[in-house]
Amino acid sequence: MKAFPEKPTVAVHKFSSCDGCQLAFLNMGADLVTLTQRVEILHFLEAGLDNPNTPVDIAFVEGSLSTADEIERARRVRSASRYVVSIGACATAGGLQALRNLDNSHDQWRDAIYANPQFIETLQHARPIASEIRVDYELWGCPINSRQLLAAINALLFGVPPIDDHDKVCLECKRQQQVCVMVTQDKPCLGPVTRTGCGALCPTFGRDCYGCYGPADNPNTASLSRRFQGLGLLPDAIARRFLMINSGAPAFHDAGLIARSGGNQDD
Amino acid sequence: MEIPGYLPREQLQALLERLQQQGYRCVGPRVREGAMVYDDINHADQLAVGYTQTQEPGHYRLKAGSTVRQFAWANGPQALKPLTFAPREELWCAQEQPDGSLKFHPAATDYEPVAVIGVRACDLAALRLQEQHFLDSCADPQFAVRRRSLFLIAVNCTHPAQTCFCASTGDGPEVDQDCDLSLYETDEGFFVSAVSPAGQQLALTLPLEHGDAELFKQACAEVTRAGEAQVRRVPAKNLRDSLFAQLDHPRWKEVAERCLSCGNCTQVCPTCFCHSETSVPSVDGHQTTHQRQWDSCFSPGHSYIHGITLRKETEQRYRQWLTHKFGSWHDQYGRSGCVGCGRCISWCPVGIDPTEELDVICTDVTGRPE
Repeated sequence: MKAFPEKPTVAVHKFSSCDGCQLAFLNMGADLVTLTQRVEILHFLEAGLDNPNTPVDIAFVEGSLSTADEIERARRVRSASRYVVSIGACATAGGLQALRNLDNSHDQWRDAIYANPQFIETLQHARPIASEIRVDYELWGCPINSRQLLAAINALLFGVPPIDDHDKVCLECKRQQQVCVMVTQDKPCLGPVTRTGCGALCPTFGRDCYGCYGPADNPNTASLSRRFQGLGLLPDAIARRFLMINSGAPAFHDAGLIARSGGNQDD
Repeated sequence: MEIPGYLPREQLQALLERLQQQGYRCVGPRVREGAMVYDDINHADQLAVGYTQTQEPGHYRLKAGSTVRQFAWANGPQALKPLTFAPREELWCAQEQPDGSLKFHPAATDYEPVAVIGVRACDLAALRLQEQHFLDSCADPQFAVRRRSLFLIAVNCTHPAQTCFCASTGDGPEVDQDCDLSLYETDEGFFVSAVSPAGQQLALTLPLEHGDAELFKQACAEVTRAGEAQVRRVPAKNLRDSLFAQLDHPRWKEVAERCLSCGNCTQVCPTCFCHSETSVPSVDGHQTTHQRQWDSCFSPGHSYIHGITLRKETEQRYRQWLTHKFGSWHDQYGRSGCVGCGRCISWCPVGIDPTEELDVICTDVTGRPE
């Protein structure tokens, strides 16, 4: 990695998304002020900075590609940035809006929902940023948190690639000394196939992980689907576990479609 | 046979008070989220009462109100490990000085004394193995100070789970060493046997009654029966050679089809000691904290070296776990790394049972156990 200038510049871009991942910056509070002594934030609409085409050292990109205009904009971001880091489930896997990719009924939904659909110019499919431009690093999660963001920024500023922490949620759940909700309560937890990073948030509150950080390294979705079956979940319920926030991530997408077709991968 | 003194159940609070007077934070079994966990106890009333349990592969349930006893269960998801080998902790930090140099500070090793009530024989055996690793093999100051700060009150196990097999590993159910007090539970109270000098001193201050010989005989018999009642077992021999002769056994592939590679078995295992270390820099970039956290041979980082992950496949990771735990552990520490607590069976989300896998993998082609 090449060294940064004394005070590297940063942009935070938004595509199709809920803005929640940008809050990982704003939620830092006083730490954000400290951070701005090390980096100069040039574009960040949610914080009132509007310079979308200014060249920067690091561009954080939130949201999926959902319109033709966004594809153009993503290309401009790429050409104006040394490093592009996609943040959040929308940017890394298409997010919730990628659910529309599943049934190829984009036009029907659009026409049913909007009073004047002629003004809606969305693409048939919502796609991750990396499907269109080269992305250097990805931070998964819905939403991502400040800890993840700071670790990535610190790594880049120190000149090392950010750690790609793709262990399972279970490891962190046990470190936090949480009791397994699947083993004690038969809850269909996605922890064993989901990427860590949330701090095992849901199991901490006694509920089952719903996979908002996307697939972990080496996810055995077939075995977990069989286990869900054993817990009494019907095929459609199993499919819905996988086809939710990260339905566009290949491992969850495939597991969901296999479950929806009512079969196991090994059948 | 010398009959230990008897502590009526309603006097358990006296034990707690003595420990508190000596400055111990008391930890004992409490029910949280459907499991028996070690948690802070300020008063004896807070100890769980009346619970039994069912443990099966991938299944753990407590049942309330089925006994008058307080220790009529085998174990919970964690043994003593989190008390001595913290799930995540700071090892050292580095601070940038005005002249650009770095100053290193070791993490503080202040640790309050902790008394644990309800330790099992398997947990004590596991602690001995952790001591071999963290005191003898690679001396760890954090572990050392925490181990020294422990006062261990064991309760002999009378209600093994379906998943238990400590009798076959030789680690239980009877407590005979390495604790301070060893208790035998009866319906009305506890026989209190002092094991260590510190335990002897504490026992002298307890309102112990004269122990009834017949009742003590029955209490001991319950523990013996707890061993006999266990339905799982591992071969009572060194499995090292059998395992390493079967590195290409088709069963590794079969188990990998079920294994989630989630690492839960290793995280509940009371002897697993693998960890990773990571740097957590401060926001201003002038300080960094070096952290250690529990890791697992099922994680990609465990076999990552300079750009490649050696064990990418679950098959290789499961084989690593089993061949180390039951095989190369003998080379490392002179015995198997398994104490028969059965946690890896109960807390595996898909219920994989290493005793069953060992049976298949260590059985030769003629079907005879090797």
